[in-house]
Amino acid sequence: MIDFYLNGQRQQCRDVPPDTSVLELLRVHLGRTGTKEGCASGDCGACTVAIGTPDHSGELAYHTANACIMPAHQIDGCHLVTVEGLARGDALHPVQASMVDCHGSQCGFCTPGIVMSLFTLHESQRRAPAPLTPQRLEAALGGNLCRCTGYRPIRDAALCMSDYPDTHPTWADDPQLPADVAALAHDATRKNSAPNEATGFFARPRDLAELRDLRRRLPKARLVAGATDLWLESTQQLKSLDALIDLSRVAELQHIDETEDGWWIGAGVTYRRLEPLLEDAYPAFSHLMHRFASQQIRNRATMGGNVANASPIGDTPPVLLALDATLRLDGPNGERELPIGEFFLDYKKTALKDGEFLSAIFVPRPTADRQLKVWKISKRREDDISAVLAAFAWRLEDGVMRDVHLAFGGMAGIPKRAGATEAVLEGQAPSQALFATARATLRGEFDPLDDVRGSREYRLVTATNLLERLRLTLDTDNNNPAMEVCLDAYAH
Amino acid sequence: MRTLTKLSRTAPDTAPASGQPTQVDDASACARQDQDGHNKGDGPLAREARETRANGAGTAQAHESAIKHVTGRAAYIDDIPAPADALHVALGFSPVAHGRLTRLDLEAVKRAPGVVDVVTVVDVPGHTDIGPVFPGDPLFVDDEISYLGQTLFAVAATSYKAARLAVREVVVEIDEQPASLDPVASAEHGDVVRPTHVQERGDWQAALAGAAFTLEGEQFVGGQEHFYLEGQACLVTPTEDEGVVVYTSNQHPSETQKLVAEVLDIPFHAVTVETRRMGGGFGGKETQASPWACIAALVARRTGRAARLRLPRAEDMRATGKRHPFHNRYRLGFDARGVLAGGDITVIGDCGYSPDLSEAVVDRAMFHADNAYSLGEARVTGHRARTHTASNTAFRGFGGPQGMMIIEQAMDDIARHVGEDPLTVRKRNLYRAERDVTHYGQTVDQHPLMSELIERLETSSDYWQRREAITAFNATSPIIKKGLALTPVKFGISFTAKHLNQAGALLHVYTDGSVIINHGGTEMGQGLHTKVCQVVARELGLDTRRVRITATRTDKVPNTSPTAASSGADLNGMAARDAAGQLRERLFDFAAEHYQIDREGMRLEDGELVAFNRRIPWGELVQAAYLGRVSLSAKGFYSTPLIHYDRETGKGRPFYYYAHGAAVSEVEVDTLSGEYRLTRVDILHDVGDSLNPAIDIGQVEGGFIQGMGWLTSEELKWNAKGRLISDGPATYKIPAFGDQPAVFNVELLEGHPNSQASIYRSKAVGEPPFMLGMSVWSALRDALASLADYRVCPRLDTPATPERVLMAAEALRRDGAPAAAQETQHDLA
Repeated sequence: MIDFYLNGQRQQCRDVPPDTSVLELLRVHLGRTGTKEGCASGDCGACTVAIGTPDHSGELAYHTANACIMPAHQIDGCHLVTVEGLARGDALHPVQASMVDCHGSQCGFCTPGIVMSLFTLHESQRRAPAPLTPQRLEAALGGNLCRCTGYRPIRDAALCMSDYPDTHPTWADDPQLPADVAALAHDATRKNSAPNEATGFFARPRDLAELRDLRRRLPKARLVAGATDLWLESTQQLKSLDALIDLSRVAELQHIDETEDGWWIGAGVTYRRLEPLLEDAYPAFSHLMHRFASQQIRNRATMGGNVANASPIGDTPPVLLALDATLRLDGPNGERELPIGEFFLDYKKTALKDGEFLSAIFVPRPTADRQLKVWKISKRREDDISAVLAAFAWRLEDGVMRDVHLAFGGMAGIPKRAGATEAVLEGQAPSQALFATARATLRGEFDPLDDVRGSREYRLVTATNLLERLRLTLDTDNNNPAMEVCLDAYAH
Repeated sequence: MRTLTKLSRTAPDTAPASGQPTQVDDASACARQDQDGHNKGDGPLAREARETRANGAGTAQAHESAIKHVTGRAAYIDDIPAPADALHVALGFSPVAHGRLTRLDLEAVKRAPGVVDVVTVVDVPGHTDIGPVFPGDPLFVDDEISYLGQTLFAVAATSYKAARLAVREVVVEIDEQPASLDPVASAEHGDVVRPTHVQERGDWQAALAGAAFTLEGEQFVGGQEHFYLEGQACLVTPTEDEGVVVYTSNQHPSETQKLVAEVLDIPFHAVTVETRRMGGGFGGKETQASPWACIAALVARRTGRAARLRLPRAEDMRATGKRHPFHNRYRLGFDARGVLAGGDITVIGDCGYSPDLSEAVVDRAMFHADNAYSLGEARVTGHRARTHTASNTAFRGFGGPQGMMIIEQAMDDIARHVGEDPLTVRKRNLYRAERDVTHYGQTVDQHPLMSELIERLETSSDYWQRREAITAFNATSPIIKKGLALTPVKFGISFTAKHLNQAGALLHVYTDGSVIINHGGTEMGQGLHTKVCQVVARELGLDTRRVRITATRTDKVPNTSPTAASSGADLNGMAARDAAGQLRERLFDFAAEHYQIDREGMRLEDGELVAFNRRIPWGELVQAAYLGRVSLSAKGFYSTPLIHYDRETGKGRPFYYYAHGAAVSEVEVDTLSGEYRLTRVDILHDVGDSLNPAIDIGQVEGGFIQGMGWLTSEELKWNAKGRLISDGPATYKIPAFGDQPAVFNVELLEGHPNSQASIYRSKAVGEPPFMLGMSVWSALRDALASLADYRVCPRLDTPATPERVLMAAEALRRDGAPAAAQETQHDLA
């Protein structure tokens, strides 16, 4: 059974197949058609809903999600808010009134999703007002495509929503709601019906021991955390996802353990939770996160998923390669640690053995002299998959480069370091001639594919040019500080 | 020609001479002031819009569905409740681009769980070809397969998923043949879907031969996926007769009615088609919404059950046509000042496998190969190449944008050649006195407006100061280069198929005084219903709250034209006005007799009939008229006057009038990575006297961004087998929130009512602003040209993705001055 609150009303849905999405639950099972399907792949945002979960203060905090690729079973124990749940009778919610007055809708099909993204922004403003910078607006709305307006009126609606009287949704009157949701969530962590292999299951282990046990008993079951990639197998390829083990409530996988040398990040930690840490420790990594998918995806996706998925165009693996991250793998024979450089074996093939799973990622603490640059190249700046991603780490010691790590995504079947090129730079003082050699070496070191995101030649030229950008960056650091070598919006 | 005299209470019969400001009424002026303030950034637009006392035509009223949009109550096709036993239809598509279907084994499909019916071409009782204008579009493949994504069969099952899963059980055998995917080769071999058409004016060869300079260039202009957020969808219910009711997301209900009837082999009156609203159309639902309605109707009739059909995004993108990609060439002669003497332009439209609307699309590309410039003595040739891809179709601008691109490229190229700023050369070539006749023989009457518009924009955007600053910046910045461009738009308004320039409306007044208006236009977000309500409200002196538009239905207003060619408000607004005008005159006649008041000077305003010494509330008037047995229903009609075009001679006046606009875009380009940002955009656009400034601004901004997307990030890619590999939003990138320019100044040109007697002297606004996006592409070329010290303008095919920009930059750095525009003789025609 899926037990949750929908716009303040308790809902209990029985016999929901494991591969049902929240969108399907809403539209087909519950007849709530306000939430739209635009792409069923988490790329357009028309299906955006808000998920409320109790925070530390006991209040409900809301985050957006793409209902089309969120497993319905993961809504269990949450407060789901949809576009139908905002107006108070005839009185529009401030974000709705603002959208109407600013002419923010034309055809209206993307509008419910935009309203929900604005709602979560409004909620965060209500709780902790802060300037709505272009970056914040982009983060809040970058995952909502609109084909009609050109976005300007939507931006205006966001900027003036707080001028409206704060009309609460009716459900916000209920002071008990956060506690009720919390109770349900708490309860949800304790119930875990026995997986029925005949009818399919969505098993929800609560701790590592249970997870290990389920893995052992159900070796064919797929692991699911944010589902932001896995669910496409259901919606796009119509694959059956009827045996699932959910990682999102395994307590140990949710931890971020700080050590003297860095952080062990649980494989179930979402990018949203990771953002403050990255912003503090690695601004270049954090900047990448602003261009990594959309807020809806970042709210649910995990770095563990991005690594275990082993896509050659995943955005974080090259960065983790550049940072010498370590992985903790867990399985029938206990835990083991593996440098991330040994994890990716071949296209979508990893060092994970049967029954093993990724449980945590160690990100070392930055040191004062170690530099990191992360540059993503894609057709569109926001919410796009990289044609090429470069992550460069090094330190300068007495004018020479040391510990040079040059890692790339999109250049091979796996995320990969450019070992030969690193060797060219290692121990050398950066110079035009040295980098010319490095570029030539890099060109010979990769043989990327032609695909929908770019040609082989473009990838090679871009990758070598990013090396040139690195040289110019070093040069401007020292000799020519006024020279711009990268557009602001793409910098870091 | 119909005279408008009787109805022209507010619109003068003759417009003031161009360039003369005209008076606008207070409400309209006030709304514009709000608008103006808004666009300059000092506040939300028309905050009081919903409370305005007067919200008739001319005011910035909110979209009629705005509140329903934001609350999730606006129903789209898949939101309409259907009977519990409704079937879901999924389609089996061809997995190859070209070949012969040798075996279609559906036994396993029929046995799949939940399947109720399976339909192929042999199950079609009537027509099997649903080509909208010319034949060539089979509903299902019979024998020959013409593109990857062509429909082979349909499955009806008890759930959406069951139907989709069942499709996969098919066994298909195909004798695959090589796919022709190169439209230039097709055109050269004469493999075309329609004959080549030529427009010619003057002795262009002599003009070329005698010109001081000649230049040649070519370009590839990419296509564009509509990416309406609501995909193709319909719901069909069988009626108690032999017919069906079709609910469809559709720009052309009457055509769907016709095709469904022909496919089912039943009379047209047995088919009712209803469209309440679309979640976006942009041309993609003009002809290409019909096949799905026909298929669902077949299922509904065969099973006696309601049938739902919606295409999943990837299938939608593979199965339906797009904006035509074009290959264009020019050879033009000009003088030392860059002024055109004449020349030759060839456009080749990639039509896909069948004619669809390509005859008219390529015609429109030809009509716009001049954009705002006098070509001099010129020949324009248009080829309609056949390729094994989905049949390309209408898309906002309808070929016009692709045609304009070649002359805009030429303007940049010529400017570099003569060493002038591209804006200077553009201005010198604008239509003007003595040079005011197009290559197809139409006189451009409002040409001073275009010059004035550009001059105003030049000033308001600080073009020349910014040009200086940019030149200085580029001189000292080796990697980041800035670019600036002003490009104009002159777009012809009217369907070039003359018979489509007609519209009907049906107006009822009920005894409580509420008014319902129906017309043939469809609502796809463009605000047509809002505008038409405003027209009726203005004619009847009512608040728009008393006027409502229900769904567009073929049983209310018959034989309608598609909502296309930007004509929705022009045609349907006039038809609605005709209906309202008739009703008003009828009420005046009645009131004069009933109340014994002088008919002279009677008017309807603020919800009252106002006569010399009487004020009669609207509700009372309506009730009295009803009791007096006066019909409170009227039907209106309109047909556009003056237009004609002779395809034999390539001459005529195809357009009732032109809409104008211009945009200035500034970009910064990282020449190491090809990444770029649009930093500032200034737009001044001509909508005549605006029917609704808020909606018009929305069209201008939305059109600009969509046009920018077409020319920058929206890249369609097919593999060598003809499979579309950019088949979803993960791989096909329309502009996102962060792609809007940081500074975006948009203004409507004021004081220039339409020179023709259009609805309240307004102008069409749906398509023209789309082409303002060309300024972004031209600005990118400008930035790149700085790498070669502005001596050449690099070729930059579109979409100008970071990849294309980078490759152009690399070529410039490597070769200094690469092949851009050159002297090779190359004449396809």
